[in-house]
Amino acid sequence: MAVAAAAGTALGWWGVPLGVVAGAVRVSTPFLFVSLGECLTERSGRINLGLEGTLVMGAMTGYGVSYLTGSPWLGVLAAGLVGAVFGATHAAFCSLPRVNDIAIGIALMLFGIGLAFYIGKPLIEPQAAMLPSINLGWWSSVPPLRDALRVNVLFLIGVVLAPALVWGLKNTRWGLILRTAGESADAALALGYSVNLIRLGATMAGGFLAGIGGSFLSLYYPGSWNERLSSGQGITAVALVIFARWDPMLCFWASILFGGAGAFGPALQSVGVTEGYYLFNAAPYILTLLIMIITCSPRRTLTGAPAELSITRS
Amino acid sequence: MAFTRISRRHLLQGTAAIGAAGAIAGLLPGRPAFAGDVVVGFIYVGSRDDYGYNQAHAQGAAALKKVPGVKVVEEENVPETDAVEKTMESMINLDGATLLFPTSFGYYNPHVLKIAAKDPKVRFEHCGGLWTEKDPKNAASYFGYIDEAQYVAGIVAGHTSKTGKLGFVAAKPIPQVLRNINAYTLGAQTANPKITTQVIFTGDWSMPVKEAEAANSLIDQGVDVITCHVDGPKTVVETAARRGIMVTGYHCDQSVLAPKAYLTGAEWNWEGLYPKFGKMFMAGEPIPNFYRGGLKEGLVKVSAYGPAVGEAARKAADDAKAKLMAGGFAIFKGPMTDNKGKMVIASGQAHGQTDPVLERMDYLVEGVVGSTS
Repeated sequence: MAVAAAAGTALGWWGVPLGVVAGAVRVSTPFLFVSLGECLTERSGRINLGLEGTLVMGAMTGYGVSYLTGSPWLGVLAAGLVGAVFGATHAAFCSLPRVNDIAIGIALMLFGIGLAFYIGKPLIEPQAAMLPSINLGWWSSVPPLRDALRVNVLFLIGVVLAPALVWGLKNTRWGLILRTAGESADAALALGYSVNLIRLGATMAGGFLAGIGGSFLSLYYPGSWNERLSSGQGITAVALVIFARWDPMLCFWASILFGGAGAFGPALQSVGVTEGYYLFNAAPYILTLLIMIITCSPRRTLTGAPAELSITRS
Repeated sequence: MAFTRISRRHLLQGTAAIGAAGAIAGLLPGRPAFAGDVVVGFIYVGSRDDYGYNQAHAQGAAALKKVPGVKVVEEENVPETDAVEKTMESMINLDGATLLFPTSFGYYNPHVLKIAAKDPKVRFEHCGGLWTEKDPKNAASYFGYIDEAQYVAGIVAGHTSKTGKLGFVAAKPIPQVLRNINAYTLGAQTANPKITTQVIFTGDWSMPVKEAEAANSLIDQGVDVITCHVDGPKTVVETAARRGIMVTGYHCDQSVLAPKAYLTGAEWNWEGLYPKFGKMFMAGEPIPNFYRGGLKEGLVKVSAYGPAVGEAARKAADDAKAKLMAGGFAIFKGPMTDNKGKMVIASGQAHGQTDPVLERMDYLVEGVVGSTS
C-alpha cells in the first residue's frame, strides 16, 4: 500500500472524467438491475413500486447468506429468490379484483424495508465475504485508473442482460405474450392466455432482478449492510423506467447516466471546485427534470407506455 | 353534533371502548420495574450498532447498566419528529423512567423542551443541545469537545501521510463539523506545515454510496490518510482499507473494521460520563444543566494507536494529549487565516475550548481545500 501512495499519481483535473466514468460503473448496477426488472413488470401491464423494499431485502438477505455460508454468490442467488417471493406477493395481491397495484407496491415497499431492518439487526457488525471483481486495468500503471477499471461481474451481467431483454421482448414468443398482456389484457385473454399468470411471472422476474441489485449494494459497493444503505435508489430506479420509455437498452443508459451524475459532485470537490456542491449533488435530479420537460408533450401520452398500466389506462 | 343523533349502536360501542381503555389503564401500573430501581431511558436516532454516533451512546448506556440499582430501557431508530415525544412519554408512563437520554441533536427543540415542561419530575439529559436559562430546569444539555481528539488524530495523520494530502468526508458545513476539520488540519500541520486537507461534503448525515464515492475520489487525487464526520464511518473506513490507504476513525473505535489501516480515531467517551451522571442522579446531587468537557474531563478519548503509527507520530500525539489533559492549551490561536486568506484570529489572541465563539465557527483554516457553501 505504501507503494501505491508513494507513486502518488495525483490525477488533477483528469480525476473528474475518470471519477464520473468510474462512478458510473460502480454506482449504476443497482439502478440497472432494478430498472430492468421494473421494465419487465411494467411491460406486462403492472407497476411494482415495492422494488425499493425488495432492494433493501435483497441487500440484507445477500449479506446474511454470504456471511453464514461464506459464498457471496449464494448470497446473490438468495437475494434474487427473496426478491422473487416479494414479486409473487405483489402479483398475488394485485390479481384480486379491484386492488390497486400502486397502493400494494407502497405497502410492500414499507413492509420490505421494515422487515429487512428487523431481521438485519445482527448483520450490521459482522463482515461478510464480498463479491469478486474483474481487473480490466492490469495494463495501466496509474493506480486510480486501475481501480476505476475494476469491474464487478454483476455489472457485466447487466450489460449483457439489457440487449438480451430488448431482443427477447421483440423476437420471442414469451416476449410477444408479455407485451400483449401489457398492451391489451382483452387481446391476451382472447388468445387464451391468463393475464394474471403472465403478470405473476413478469413481477417475479422483476423482483428477482431487484433482489440481485440489492445484493450488489451490500456485497460489493459500498459493500456493507446498514439501514441507510439504499437511500432511495430503488424508487429512483422505478422512475428511471418511465424516463427510459420502457426500453431495456435505454434503462441501461439511464442507469449509467445516473451513476455518473451522482459521482460528479464528489469528483469536482476532490479537485478543488468547492463552491456550490449542493447544486452538483443535485445533478441527477436536475437532469431528470430537464429530460422530462423536453420530452413530454400535452398533446399525446408518453410514447412507449404500455396501454394497460394503471397510470395510462383511462 | 346534536345529541339525539347518536344511535344506540354508537352509544354501546362508545361505552365498550371506554370500558376497554379503563381496563388497560388498570393493568398499566403493574409494569414498572422493581421498587427502588432507577429506570433510565435511552433514545437513539439510528441503529445501536452502527459503528458510529449511536453505538458510542449505546456503549455508554451499557456502562450505566452495570451500576447497581439502575435499569436501562432503550429504543432505536426514533426519528427527530413527534415520534420521539411518544417514545419519551411511553418510557415515562409505561416503564417508569425518571432519567432520559434523548441522544440525537434534533430531539432537543421542541420535543425535549415540550415533554420536560409537561413532566417536571423527570430529568432530561440531552446530547449536543444548547441549554439556556429560559429552558425548563429539569432539562439539560451536555457535549464533548471532540475537536481535541481530532487534533491528536490529525497529528498522527500528518506524521503518517507521505503525499502530504489528507482527505475528510464531511456531512454538512455546520460549526461542529468545521471545528473538527480545522482541528484535524491544525494537528497535521504541526507535523508538516505544507500539508493540505481536502474536504468533500456529502450533504447529509448518512449516505453510504455517496460517502464511498467521496472516499474514492479523494483517494484518486492522491490522498493517503482519510477521516470523516458522518453518522456511520463504516463505509469510509472500509473503503480506505480496500484501497490500501490509512484512515482515522470517528465517534467510536472502528479498528476491527480495518485492523491494518486504522491509525487512531476521535471517540466519544460516554462510558465514562453516563455512569457518573447516573450515580449523581441517584444520590440526588445536582447535575449542571450545561455540561461541556474534552479529553481532560473524560468526555472524549483517542483510539489506541494502530500498527502503522510510527514512533515519532506516537510521541508527538502523546505530547499533545498531555498538554490538552493539563488544560490551558488552545488549539485555536492567532495569528490564523482562513483558506480564503482572511484573518480570523488576530495575532496574540487565543480561544480556549470553552469559548462560545468556537461554537459558531464558519470558516475553514488555511490548508483546507474546500468551501463552507
